[in-house]
Amino acid sequence: MLFRRVWPSRPAFDHPLAEFDQLRREMLRMFDSLAGADGTIEPAAGVFPPINVTQDENNFYVRAEVPGIKADDLSISALRNRVSISGKREIPKEQQAVSYHRKERAEGEFNRTVTLPAEVAADRVEARYVDGILTLTLPKAEESKPRQIAVTA
Amino acid sequence: MKEATREIQKVEKGNLKSPEQTRPGPVYLPTVDIFEDESAISVLADMPGVKAQDLRIDLRENVLTLSAHVNAPESPSETFALREFESGSFFRQFTLSEVIDQAKIDARLTNGVLRLQLPKLEKAKPRQITVSAS
Repeated sequence: MLFRRVWPSRPAFDHPLAEFDQLRREMLRMFDSLAGADGTIEPAAGVFPPINVTQDENNFYVRAEVPGIKADDLSISALRNRVSISGKREIPKEQQAVSYHRKERAEGEFNRTVTLPAEVAADRVEARYVDGILTLTLPKAEESKPRQIAVTA
Repeated sequence: MKEATREIQKVEKGNLKSPEQTRPGPVYLPTVDIFEDESAISVLADMPGVKAQDLRIDLRENVLTLSAHVNAPESPSETFALREFESGSFFRQFTLSEVIDQAKIDARLTNGVLRLQLPKLEKAKPRQITVSAS
């Protein structure tokens, strides 16, 4: 959550050091969770939105924390093994003259591309935006699914 | 509006210990906007993933507490390929110097953003005093 780092915005899975990259990221994450003696994590500036990628047998799931935007302001595209999320977060101006005590929430345009470990069926991608979290369900392309191979005696 | 900056002060971490955690997982400070006009103090807080029933807003003895728990959306069969955020809890406290009309507090949670309207009590509103010449 509000857990932003200046990571490369295109995590790669296909280069030789991908495993190390993943390890480095995991370690950064562990160090971050140690931050703050009482376990609270301060919001930090960096890459927006933070993205999680998970997979199961049939799908990839891409989740992004993008609170307070309109679904219409999001644009998502998928091609082969790349998925892009771009959009705009606007904080509406207050009607009457108000004086601010805190102004921590940021607004602006964002654009992120994630490279997935395998190709997806771009025509069957589903996107849902609930409670400020964007969830993309990307079915794996038939040719990139693992195949059971029968052994003949 | 110099005075105004003193109106709301975040409870410093050292001053007021947050309640001991009984749930596992990290605790996050939600980013907030806080502003006020003559009639109310408003708080906007980014709390992605929070559902209305899991959000607790508490105002007692001028301490406003926002707390919420987020359940991980991933199903057990999923494995992580990339992880930049974690689900956990949100917790943040503020002290308010204004007297708030508790009965008229309004809270709305839309797309992971909380909008909290804390109307000031009538007597706490500034009053213009006209001086009449005798």
